[in-house]
Amino acid sequence: MEILQGLWDGFSVALAPANLLWCFVGVFLGTVVGILPGLGPPATIAMLLPLTFSMNPTSAIIMLAGIYYGAKYGGSTTSILMNVPGESASVVTCIDGYQMAKKGRAGAALGIAAIASFVAGTVGVLGLMLVAPPLAKFALSFSSPEYFALMSLGLALVVLLAGRSIIKALLAALVGLWIASVGTDLFSTTSRFTFGQMELLSGIDFVVVAIGVFALGEVLANMESREDTPLLQVPKGLKNLLPTWQDIKDCRFAFANGAIVGFLVGTLPGGGSTIASFLSYGLEKAVSRRREQFGTGVIEGVAAPEGANNSETGGALVPLLTLGIPGSGTTAILLAALVLWGFKPGPLFIPEHPDLFWGLVVSMYIGNVMLLVLNLPLVPLFAQVLRTPAYVLYPLILGVSLVGVYTVSGSMFDLMLLLVFGLLGYLMRKLDYPAAPLILGLALGAGMERALRQSLMMSQGELSILVSRPISAVMLSLAVLILLIPLFGKFNAWRLRALEQ
Amino acid sequence: MEGGTRASGDLWSGGALALLGVYIVVQASQWEYSGPDGPGPGFFPLWYGIAILALAALLVVSHLRRAPARRNPIDWRRVARALSTWLALAVSVALFKTLGFVVGFALLTYFIVAAMYRKSLKTAALVALATGAGFYLVFEVALGVALPAGVLGF
Repeated sequence: MEILQGLWDGFSVALAPANLLWCFVGVFLGTVVGILPGLGPPATIAMLLPLTFSMNPTSAIIMLAGIYYGAKYGGSTTSILMNVPGESASVVTCIDGYQMAKKGRAGAALGIAAIASFVAGTVGVLGLMLVAPPLAKFALSFSSPEYFALMSLGLALVVLLAGRSIIKALLAALVGLWIASVGTDLFSTTSRFTFGQMELLSGIDFVVVAIGVFALGEVLANMESREDTPLLQVPKGLKNLLPTWQDIKDCRFAFANGAIVGFLVGTLPGGGSTIASFLSYGLEKAVSRRREQFGTGVIEGVAAPEGANNSETGGALVPLLTLGIPGSGTTAILLAALVLWGFKPGPLFIPEHPDLFWGLVVSMYIGNVMLLVLNLPLVPLFAQVLRTPAYVLYPLILGVSLVGVYTVSGSMFDLMLLLVFGLLGYLMRKLDYPAAPLILGLALGAGMERALRQSLMMSQGELSILVSRPISAVMLSLAVLILLIPLFGKFNAWRLRALEQ
Repeated sequence: MEGGTRASGDLWSGGALALLGVYIVVQASQWEYSGPDGPGPGFFPLWYGIAILALAALLVVSHLRRAPARRNPIDWRRVARALSTWLALAVSVALFKTLGFVVGFALLTYFIVAAMYRKSLKTAALVALATGAGFYLVFEVALGVALPAGVLGF
């Protein structure tokens, strides 16, 4: 009953003309961003975040979420037509999608990608709607030790799945914690790591780091080469984009597989859409009667991962909105956005801001319909975006990044910090340090320190408080276990193999 | 990045991170670790500083103990292209105070199109003019966003 009432309220919010417009803007931008290789959703959301400060927060989160899931629709286009994934979650779509395109079935591949995304994306939103409210109620019993343990567990999972080297991922996360410490300590008013700069007393803005590491880092890495990738012919006309009934029948299990695997992986911090798409592809291949044909242009090999990476969005919003714990770089930026607009994601978020939560949920249903309508007939048009020359695209990204940072504070100092973090983002890519743990460390740093210090104040300095409470003890034990995985050769070999694949 | 490059990068980045760890630990030890109200401002940084130091040392040691990787030379031309772009961006930001955002950004665009992508000077000038004017019209005029202004007033 509560859910039905929430949905009813959500429709009244999401169907407001302004919110419908922003939802459309978000999914449209998301599709374009997904199509463009070298510009991912975290970079786009980070760049556009400052421009949302003057917007109504509900409209703003609807738009940013639209970019987040819209990019996953668009990401398949380049994977299928160019064998170049528009974003990391579409890597696996290249395997069978590009082969289908080479055999002249690009239309069916693009069509099934859009349909699978729609089906699984809708199931993901349904999961968010059903799981988030009860989880938030359960989390009401959490106190500082549980929050510290939960954040440690989230960070540990992200570190585990972020890259080949756990040491590098951990170092990135710790540097994120350090950046979060810069500024005035709110408990004691001591200034920390400010290098004598007045501008650093209020800390380093999350937006500056996120835009620097993601957007500038990406542009600099892409500037290394001048080559263009050839584009396969996009079929014209809606009829040519529709898969046959046989294709749909072949993909029945792939739709369900993508939807369930994607949602479950999304709820885990560190899971992310890339892992969701690989897992569902692997599962699809394992149970298929024609598994030996996978890799040669099998339509289920497109439907399963495309479904999973869309369903993951709904799952990823569960820990973000109910616990205040982001599971990836993109959701960390969405967390920062909510905080900047004055909200506190956590167990009280849904009861305190039902309009925002249910409005977002319903807007995601509507956004998925918009994306299906946009993606089926307009794929040829969207593919034209790929013809934007790099020498026009990259200056535009740099310009929006500079304006985005300058809008936050109107400070030239922040622009200089942006340069520093841009260089850091580039070097991290070159040296194989994952960016997600750094961004997550930065997003969680202040909260982790506060939770730890409050826990120790509660226990008068006794660290045992962290392990004497059952929930925090279990979560901390899991976090420690996760970080010890590299010591177990067999598990680590499996992890590395999975990451390599 | 290629294996050999990454391996030597591990050594240098490990060294730099170890220095960062030392800096954090030294700074944190100057702040109160624990007081009557609980942990002080030095408590949390001290522990993550130690962790950075230890992990960076582990990275360096594991690099030194590893068998020398097959060397793949760094493609300095590619790195130079990225760093030249970064340098041009830095110069452009430095020019914002005197020339303003619109002119500084147009110059950056001109450099990228003409020097990095080797397009004709005419194309570069057209793209630079269009992007500079486009940003001014969209952000300053349409959205009312204040961009850094120079001596020309925009």
